[in-house]
Amino acid sequence: MSANTAQSSGQIEARSAAPIIEIVGLQKWFGSFQALKNIDLAVGSGERIVICGPSGSGKSTLIRCINRLEEYQDGKLLVDGIDLSAGTKNIDAVRAEVGMVFQQFNLFPHLTVVENCMLAPMKVRRTSKRKARDIAMKYLTRVRIPDQADKYPAQLSGGQQQRVAIARALCMSPKIMLFDEPTSALDPEMVKEVLDTMIGLANDGMTMLCVTHEMGFARQVADRVIFMDQGEIVEQGEPQSFFANPQNERTRSFLGQILH
Amino acid sequence: MIRQFGLNEALFILSGIQATIALSLIAFVGGGIFGLLIALLRTAENKIAGRLAAAYIDFFQGTPLLMQLFLVFYGLPAFGIQVNQWVAVTIGLTLHASAFLGEIWRGSIQAVPLGQMEASRALGLHYKDRLVSVILPQAFRLSIAPTVGFLVQLIKGTSLAAIIGFVELSRSAQIIASTTYKPLLAYGLVAIFYFILCFPLSRLSAMAERRLSVSR
Repeated sequence: MSANTAQSSGQIEARSAAPIIEIVGLQKWFGSFQALKNIDLAVGSGERIVICGPSGSGKSTLIRCINRLEEYQDGKLLVDGIDLSAGTKNIDAVRAEVGMVFQQFNLFPHLTVVENCMLAPMKVRRTSKRKARDIAMKYLTRVRIPDQADKYPAQLSGGQQQRVAIARALCMSPKIMLFDEPTSALDPEMVKEVLDTMIGLANDGMTMLCVTHEMGFARQVADRVIFMDQGEIVEQGEPQSFFANPQNERTRSFLGQILH
Repeated sequence: MIRQFGLNEALFILSGIQATIALSLIAFVGGGIFGLLIALLRTAENKIAGRLAAAYIDFFQGTPLLMQLFLVFYGLPAFGIQVNQWVAVTIGLTLHASAFLGEIWRGSIQAVPLGQMEASRALGLHYKDRLVSVILPQAFRLSIAPTVGFLVQLIKGTSLAAIIGFVELSRSAQIIASTTYKPLLAYGLVAIFYFILCFPLSRLSAMAERRLSVSR
């Protein structure tokens, strides 16, 4: 870790005494390719983190380790006090507390919008159908598409589908939300509606980890921006200092390319 | 004495259709149940289960149904297990159909985009709910056409059960052909009966595919 990292993470430790996610020495290989190299990261409850970096830098892999969509080979990963390194026993319990939004939405095409939202509360939380529908409508209203509830995903625009995906994750009342490039597959005019939904969520105090290249979003809501390259956390800091005064050469070159 | 080919002869051939339908149902129900099991094992995360299922599929796809029926009918008694022809044909057809259906359904399950499994995992759904609520309904749509295609093959394949003593459509035609010396008439008639049995299935499958694709 660079000197800058230590300096800025000092302030962050102060505002989040008990980390809700604790990652120590995480190592991940795909065959002989090392995707994550010795990652250390503590995320405080309510903290909003944006992770950026060039493609193949390991940023998606990192957040996919947090709900164990990816396995890892070494290191320690605790989510809300539950150790994911120990085995696979607690995984479904952890996943129920960690919502995830994907680049490709991954809505269930054979279910209507409201059924997409009702499925997990009914199956995982054993919520009654009526209650699950109420919850679903509450969050569909929150992402401002309650009128589309009985349509199928394919009848919706990309931006609407992604907002449904956000609502579907929220229906489980997760403690943490992971976003894996949520706006990258969207047409430009639909990016804003999804970002606005995410900003609303951030303002409500949700713990969020977002892999995104939307630097405006990072500036506006992030408590901390993390830059990854070649499987390592190269630099991290508060958005102001991160964008104004990046310390590492790789960060400067990356920001130069995406910010113009 | 040579018999005339009359209504009685035609009805005799038609009576074979009962056995053909019974054998087809046995094959499809037995093959369906075990085929689903094979498909689930084949797509399981457990590598050993997957390999065993693959070996099973390879063996029964790689040998003729006729041999499989022989092996069960003559093989089991060799191990001291006495089987009547119904038990033998049930085992034989189930083994055969489950291998083919297992492979068809494995393909359908794996054709469901990976993101569907990931999304249902991320929501905390358990294995059973992931399958029943998310993966299988989508795989089912993809599997309709090849499944019905195989079912049609299977109906025609039940003619091989004649070899261990069943008088079904083909065998009854053979009997009439040899007593009336009118093979063309007898086999022509039986071809029509098979067609009447199989053709509606193909149409039904095309209809089902159209209707199920509306909501996507």
